[in-house]
Amino acid sequence: MVETTTQKRQLRSNLSRVRGLGSTREGVHHWWAQRMSAVALLPLSMWFVYSLITLTGADYQSFHAWVSEFGNSVFLVLLIVTLFHHAQLGVTVVIEDYVHSEAVKMAMIMIVKYGSMLFMASSIFAVLKISLAG
Amino acid sequence: MVEFMLPKDARPTKGKTHPAPVGATNLRTFKIYRFDPDTGENPRIDTFQVDIDTCGPMVLDALVKIKDEMDSTLTFRRSCREGVCGSCAFNIDGTNTIACTKPIASISGDIKVYPLPHMPVIKDLVPDLSVPYAQYASIEPWLKSDTPPPTTAERLQSTDERAELDGMWECILCFCCQTSCPSYWWNGDRYLGPAILLQAYRWIADSRDEAAGERLDNVDDPFRLYRCHTIMNCTNTCPKSLNPGKAIAEIKTLLIKRR
Repeated sequence: MVETTTQKRQLRSNLSRVRGLGSTREGVHHWWAQRMSAVALLPLSMWFVYSLITLTGADYQSFHAWVSEFGNSVFLVLLIVTLFHHAQLGVTVVIEDYVHSEAVKMAMIMIVKYGSMLFMASSIFAVLKISLAG
Repeated sequence: MVEFMLPKDARPTKGKTHPAPVGATNLRTFKIYRFDPDTGENPRIDTFQVDIDTCGPMVLDALVKIKDEMDSTLTFRRSCREGVCGSCAFNIDGTNTIACTKPIASISGDIKVYPLPHMPVIKDLVPDLSVPYAQYASIEPWLKSDTPPPTTAERLQSTDERAELDGMWECILCFCCQTSCPSYWWNGDRYLGPAILLQAYRWIADSRDEAAGERLDNVDDPFRLYRCHTIMNCTNTCPKSLNPGKAIAEIKTLLIKRR
């Protein structure tokens, strides 16, 4: 319900409340980005899990060598970008669903978006550092 | 708004018990939500022992019998008693459905009848549906066409084009789906809900309508359409066995298609 706080707003018609400020006309972008990233994550995460299984029990040097391999570095960076982007899109929707205070909602979405960028950037740089150090 | 507990003044208390008339042998127990705004009291759950031998087969028959013979203050909407008007939608035995097509015999144990969930209650089983009605008006549920109608005949539609509307024209706007949807509970002020989106698609899919693009613009919004997370309560609960979830998926597909 649109809970009314002032006498003035209570007289607004239901149709006026429901129409609100109109359609943003940009819902489809977010939804499509979530679907596209989900599809990309399927092979990427299968590759990642498969690689981890094959590396089970390997020592530090073997892991290091695996990350620095050109193909593995590329796929790792792709996985990191897609994963954090996808996670951030999904968590934003959950916050929009459940948090109704505009200020708290805005703050939480900022934390999620900036947080995912921070994790994304540091993960990519970790991979690059190993990869480029060769 | 997400609410996991009812506000204190909305929590139902144990109500009155209305025993069956003397001599009745075949009894079913009905537990019915009662709320009278004039008393200032909390809602209560009244118990009615109904003599099934002298009652019609449907839950609505029992409600009418209770109102006629046991407590005339019981308040509920009903009209056609045959599943085409959509008035007698309640939460019966934990699921939203229309009382006139719900057989008493299909329910085991006590028969609980509550108003449609998460709507303001006007009295007893009567919810305030003015917001969903306004949402229905907001999708402009009428034929929009710039082409003037033929002067000699009606606007024509092929059999195949007409078949596109099957599964949508049957909707009776009972709002069972609408009020079963958690997304609608949490964001009912901005999310249009399954019943309204089914109707939106009914006009988008109509071959005689010329405003599909405008209609898609109107729902292309993170809240109006995309609060649907395919929970599918709508399709599970529909007393007419329609599929609002599929209609919403069709709208999402069309929005991708036109990009």
